[in-house]
Amino acid sequence: MSNIAVTDAAALPTVAKPFLTRLGTGFFNRLVIIVPYLWLLFFFLIPFVIVFKISLSQTAIAMPPYTPVLDFRDGVSGFFSGFRDLNFDNYVWLTQDALYFKAYITSVVIAAISTVLTLIVGYPIAYGMARAPATIRPTLLMLVILPFWTSFLIRVYAWIGILKPEGLLNQLLLSLHLINQPLVILNTYTAIFIGIVYSYLPFMVLPLYSSLEKMDYSLIEAAKDLGCPPTSAFWKITFPLSLPGVIAGCLLVFIPAVGEFVIPDLLGGSQTLMIGKTLWNEFFANRDWPVSSAVAVILLLLLTVPIMLFQQAQAKAQEQGK
Amino acid sequence: MNSWSRFNVTSIVLGFAFLYLPIVLLIVFSFNESKLVTVWGGFSTKWYVSLFHNQGLMDATWVTARVGVISATVATVLGTLAALTLTRYTRFRGRVLFSGMVFAPLVMPEVITGLSLLLLFVAVGLDRGFLTVTLAHITLTMCFVAVVVQSRLVSFDRSLEEAAMDLGATPAKTFFQITLPVILPAIVSGWMLAFTLSLDDLVIASFTSGPGATTLPMKIYSQVRLGVTPEINAACTILIAVVAVGVIVASIANKRREVQRQLDERAAQRG
Repeated sequence: MSNIAVTDAAALPTVAKPFLTRLGTGFFNRLVIIVPYLWLLFFFLIPFVIVFKISLSQTAIAMPPYTPVLDFRDGVSGFFSGFRDLNFDNYVWLTQDALYFKAYITSVVIAAISTVLTLIVGYPIAYGMARAPATIRPTLLMLVILPFWTSFLIRVYAWIGILKPEGLLNQLLLSLHLINQPLVILNTYTAIFIGIVYSYLPFMVLPLYSSLEKMDYSLIEAAKDLGCPPTSAFWKITFPLSLPGVIAGCLLVFIPAVGEFVIPDLLGGSQTLMIGKTLWNEFFANRDWPVSSAVAVILLLLLTVPIMLFQQAQAKAQEQGK
Repeated sequence: MNSWSRFNVTSIVLGFAFLYLPIVLLIVFSFNESKLVTVWGGFSTKWYVSLFHNQGLMDATWVTARVGVISATVATVLGTLAALTLTRYTRFRGRVLFSGMVFAPLVMPEVITGLSLLLLFVAVGLDRGFLTVTLAHITLTMCFVAVVVQSRLVSFDRSLEEAAMDLGATPAKTFFQITLPVILPAIVSGWMLAFTLSLDDLVIASFTSGPGATTLPMKIYSQVRLGVTPEINAACTILIAVVAVGVIVASIANKRREVQRQLDERAAQRG
């Protein structure tokens, strides 16, 4: 890390900075970088290595419930001889049981459909906000953010009372004579879609709003003056210009939704299958740490590409902010 | 601007109804006399009374509050440092890795983060409990703080700092007297975001917590699994009220400070 101090000292305008100040700057700079860096290395990156390691071990009736692999307790030679003990049984197990494969596929499909639904619901809201008079925009923005501050668990829980067979939605529809029999929504995939769209809506609206707000509205007026119908003006001008917001919003919804646990567990019931729930059950109900680690590793691999896309989008947005 | 058409107004009204109606219904039914959550049986506050006699729930609330305050405070310091690193130091070894580690937790499914942190704590031989939940929440929330503070730092005028340095202020003094006051609103909202995220978290807490450190979401979750009761509605209503009051007070304070700053600037220009 020695080059940090060098580049920064060179960037300082005056050459005749006192030596002590320069030393202080270097020390300060290093501290700023090193503390969060080490924290994230230790608490974010290294845990993934451990997950991978344990996914290669075997289940054992012990605490912790797995056989140690690649342990440094036997010294370096013990570590290397440990490679022979590695086994990929857990991964083989995942491919043999169709349940896991189905859970991964269903999760990705559910997340993808929910993302599209969230986009369809969120776009008009974001568009309306961006076109609102500038004086009320901050208030509207706060109203979108506020539910995000209230508990995720509570917001999902609130839907149970609405979607139940004897719940509020069915009471309303029955009293309006729109239906004769209560609809079964709770404990189906429909309930999961509603839950995801509802919980993740602010994540979609906020990036959409920030890219729609920056848009130059005179472009639309020019198109209108030149005889372009509103719908085609939308698809040719507005939508392409809001694309960075669309991409950021979709990734912010899709990635966490694939591994979602609370929503499928509370609204989806026992009949629905999603990988986050599978992992949870392997861990808490079956106490099979190696298999749940293997499930996590595959899930992570599945999400690597979207996560990298998200990071690129973030970096780009940051560059444009400057 | 007449471009704020009927369509736009309708979509906003419908959207906000969708966002708020479930929360409103939840609050309304916390005052329900009947034990059924969905049938109105008259106004009553008895569920709030029984809530305060539920020792398990009160203990969980206390644990959650302590975890929230400690983890949000540490996360705010670490997240601010991370934001400074991201915006100020564009060239150092491992920068790509660093920004990756800051942004990835924002979207990482919680089951993965929770499991990996648990396995880390087991590997280093740390007993699961209050400390491990706090460490886990610091790790998760510092990244959110970093993003909030970073968005403020990006628009920060660095010539102010250079002026202070040229006038002989040390880097530390420059930071505390110039940079910090300017980015303070972002730091405050970062702290509040970290606190509410910690207050809210079920999945990561379930993995990393141990006996004696049951948090409120864990308690609520286990009760929801047993069946929906108005008592949970009451607990949720109190949580919502606490967060809403906090957010509103903070935003009013922010607005006031902004107005004061504009007045000061105008006075300075005139004087």
